Amino acid sequence: MEEFLKSIIGDNIITYIIMPIPALIFVSLFALYAVLAERKVSAWISNRIGPNRAGGKMGLLQTILDGIKLVQKEFVSPVRSDRFLFKAAPFIIFTAAFMGYAVIPFSSLYIGVDLNLGLFYFFSITSLGVIGMLMAGWASNNKYSLFGGIRSVAQIISYEIPTALAALVVVMLAGTLSMQAFCVAQDGGIFNWFIFGGPGGLSKIILIPFMITACVILFLSTLAETNRTPFDIPEADSELVAGVHLEYSGMQFAMFFFAEYAQMFAVAGVIATLFLGGWQSPFGDLVPFLNSPVMQIIWFLAKGFFLVFVQIWMRWTLPRVRVDQLMTICWKFLIPISFVNIFVVALYIIFFK
Amino acid sequence: MKAYFSHIYQAVSSILIGMGITGRHMFQKPVTIQYPEQRLQLPERERNRLFVDMEDCIGCDQCAKACPVNCIELKTIKAVPGDIVGKTGLTSQGKKKALFVPTFTIDFAKCCYCQLCVFPCPTECIFMTDVFEFSDFKRAGLKYEFSDMTAEQTAEKKMKAEEYALEQAKKKEEAAKAAASSKSSSAAEKKAAEAKKSEAPPPEDLTQTEDNKNKEV
Repeated sequence: MEEFLKSIIGDNIITYIIMPIPALIFVSLFALYAVLAERKVSAWISNRIGPNRAGGKMGLLQTILDGIKLVQKEFVSPVRSDRFLFKAAPFIIFTAAFMGYAVIPFSSLYIGVDLNLGLFYFFSITSLGVIGMLMAGWASNNKYSLFGGIRSVAQIISYEIPTALAALVVVMLAGTLSMQAFCVAQDGGIFNWFIFGGPGGLSKIILIPFMITACVILFLSTLAETNRTPFDIPEADSELVAGVHLEYSGMQFAMFFFAEYAQMFAVAGVIATLFLGGWQSPFGDLVPFLNSPVMQIIWFLAKGFFLVFVQIWMRWTLPRVRVDQLMTICWKFLIPISFVNIFVVALYIIFFK
Repeated sequence: MKAYFSHIYQAVSSILIGMGITGRHMFQKPVTIQYPEQRLQLPERERNRLFVDMEDCIGCDQCAKACPVNCIELKTIKAVPGDIVGKTGLTSQGKKKALFVPTFTIDFAKCCYCQLCVFPCPTECIFMTDVFEFSDFKRAGLKYEFSDMTAEQTAEKKMKAEEYALEQAKKKEEAAKAAASSKSSSAAEKKAAEAKKSEAPPPEDLTQTEDNKNKEV
């Protein structure tokens, strides 16, 4: 798409303004309907019906109307809060979450920018959100918000390590950091996806349990990075009221939700790219039509939505972990296991590739 | 080391079991009742808003006396002979109604739904219905008036009753005077009357007591 736009408009700033627009539209719509999906899934899990009044039986207009309500609300900032930081924080969080979409490969033809350091860029840019969280917590002039901000920082920084280590396994196998190259490397059907050891001979069977472990570790640690249950101690409705969200109202509050759901799909997209074949069809080249660029978008979104669904499903299943449990999971379990993973995959690469 | 792996096993298995349970619940039928559209069958002897069937009410005031919170306000007017109370002048069980009931107000803001007013009612005209949604924006809106008599009708009936009472009083006075004159005219007659009294005491007694009442008034 980048080349196509360049051929029409030329290599100027307009091209680079148009490029992210589809992603932005997608993120906005996704955030709206992910909130609805979250409410619906939570309702189904607890044998309820969920929103069913606004917009038909599925409540399709519910979140749009909620948004309209939030826009109408007054923006209240607490006494003696740092006005500038307080207002800027939600936008920084959303910007950080959205910047990750630059390297999400929706299709072989649509990716914001195919950096050769794509994965590295993704992990570094999405952790910028931490700054926004801390800003929001500090500027609110509220001890609960500050606790939330501090917890968020502690959690995200410590979970950066297992995230990177779990992703490193795939990087070693694919020999690249470019997101498009990950997808291309998993060409040829479901058994060539990295969750099943990637393309290779029969010897890759050794890899399968380790790759699945790596996938689970990546899923759990990204869950912690997006502050989702069971790792939602920065929000912790019952102990910190709502953490950094506490003092926010109106559209600023909605921005936090937009950022959270944008991040959810971003990390789901990265897991899909790394382990589930990205935009590759599960049938490989058997049916060429299913691997056309338009179908690729559908495959990619289906994988992403499935992972988001699992995130939601987990949220409504598991209770919140304590802070010490959170750190125990990270430092005693996820990090050592991912080191073992890296070690085994490295040995495999030395002896079998 | 063994504990380490058993922890991992426990964590993974409990997460999977939990997600299996919630996953199964996702496909179960919701238990929600869409209230204003769907309603539960209320139990047979539910106690909700009271209703008074004024055709059957004889104005005996027993419900108002039984009420522990005094939420029933009831006023009655005596019916003149020949005047028909309600449509037929009879209750559905065939009892004669002798009282007009111009006010029968129940204040549901006070009512405690104890059903104590229902039991003493001799004609079973006050009873609990299945209506439980009658919230109101004003307290006055919770005062329910069951009597269908208009103010004019009430005034008319009052007038009639007063006139009748006066007439009766006059008649009695005349009767008493006549009795007194007859008493003074002859002692023999008086004795005879006394003998009559012993034979049939009620009418004389009544006249006497009513005389006393009139004197008091």
